[in-house]
Amino acid sequence: MNSLLHVENLVAGWERPATPPVSLALDAGEILGLTGPNGVGKSTLLAAFAGRARVFSGRMEQRKDLRLALQTQDVPPVVGLPLSGRELLALTAAASDGLPLWLSDRLDVRLDRLSGGQRHYLALWAILQAPADLVLLDEPTNNLDAAGVAHLAAALHERARAGAGIVVVSHDAAFVEAVCDRTVVLGARDGE
Amino acid sequence: MVSELFLIPFLTGLGLAIFLPLLGCYLRLRDEWLAALAYAHVAAAGALLALVGGLAPVIVGMAAAGLAGLGKRFFAVRLTGGASYALLFLGGWSVAVLVAANQPLAERLGHAMFDGQLYFADGSQLALVAVAGLIGLLILRLLSQHLLLAHVYPDFFRVRGMKAWPIQSGFDVLAALLLALATMNMGVMGAFALVFIPPWLAFRRARNWRGGLWLAVLIGVLSYLAAFMIALGFDQPFGPILALLLISLGLVIA
Repeated sequence: MNSLLHVENLVAGWERPATPPVSLALDAGEILGLTGPNGVGKSTLLAAFAGRARVFSGRMEQRKDLRLALQTQDVPPVVGLPLSGRELLALTAAASDGLPLWLSDRLDVRLDRLSGGQRHYLALWAILQAPADLVLLDEPTNNLDAAGVAHLAAALHERARAGAGIVVVSHDAAFVEAVCDRTVVLGARDGE
Repeated sequence: MVSELFLIPFLTGLGLAIFLPLLGCYLRLRDEWLAALAYAHVAAAGALLALVGGLAPVIVGMAAAGLAGLGKRFFAVRLTGGASYALLFLGGWSVAVLVAANQPLAERLGHAMFDGQLYFADGSQLALVAVAGLIGLLILRLLSQHLLLAHVYPDFFRVRGMKAWPIQSGFDVLAALLLALATMNMGVMGAFALVFIPPWLAFRRARNWRGGLWLAVLIGVLSYLAAFMIALGFDQPFGPILALLLISLGLVIA
């Protein structure tokens, strides 16, 4: 299999099916956007790619020995924890090279003393730059200002050029349009 | 300390004052500080039952706490929100007090563990604390990155195919054994004070995780030294003096 990820008519969910049937393939160096209305199952599909959600029907293949990195919408629980940005990056073996200046000079500050946007971007960076073949990002632009969104777009292109495949779930149509090579729009399941 | 009579208890307590705050940092990371009280009480109950049954209290106390740490995982689904620790704590306390109240043989050891007397430690206990402390520190060092990663990025941890249960159960058993050992030597509340207060203060003040570990150990050791001297100088039980010192320090710093 040449693709990193290949799915055909995949229906995923938790206790019951929660996504419409989806077919897609992702190669190394590609950025794929997943969009659609709220509740259509974008995050569930991402969780299925990561092996967390249940596959009810269809087929999913991943390249052998694929290293995954998954960013969810859950905020890392760092409030009250004496953990610096540098230590956070070390946990996922992410490099700090390429961080924006407004973060690179704050790497030794505790995460719970950064602003919400700074903390979110650093937490995202730790996943994005972790050694991985396939990077799965769920609503990465949440809590980011315009400068953060612009830097993220450049970082995604850089990561893809380095050979990673990236799947981005986002409600931000402009961001998906600007960043992704292809977009899959999820519609409601039949009967809903 | 001048007297050799107190040298062995002093060194035993010093070893505990180094590794208990470190252990406490990881318990606090996992929001499981109540585990310290639970394991300490289970260890006390096990030790008192062992005394009545003619067995070695230290071994049985550690075994009881170790089993509690190992068994916790099997009840985790039903006993959420710290309920398992609360039940272990109450169960251990009830058994320990009942045994001490009804068995004259167990009464003295019961008082020592609940009053927090350090001065009964002998050479074998010092050796046990030294060996267990060193092994515990090595294991903590090995588990540290995994425990932090599993806490901060549980999903990333899972998608990398890392199994959480060996790390969590390994830590639970380690915590239970070290706390049991500490309970046998400095009492339930002395051990709890060193597990809870230094990490609490260090988490508030430290600039990073590594600094937090060092700060917790520093607070633990300095408080221990002061408590040992005060308790010895004024002929007071060690545990309450240590707890009061740490509380005072906590209120000043916090």
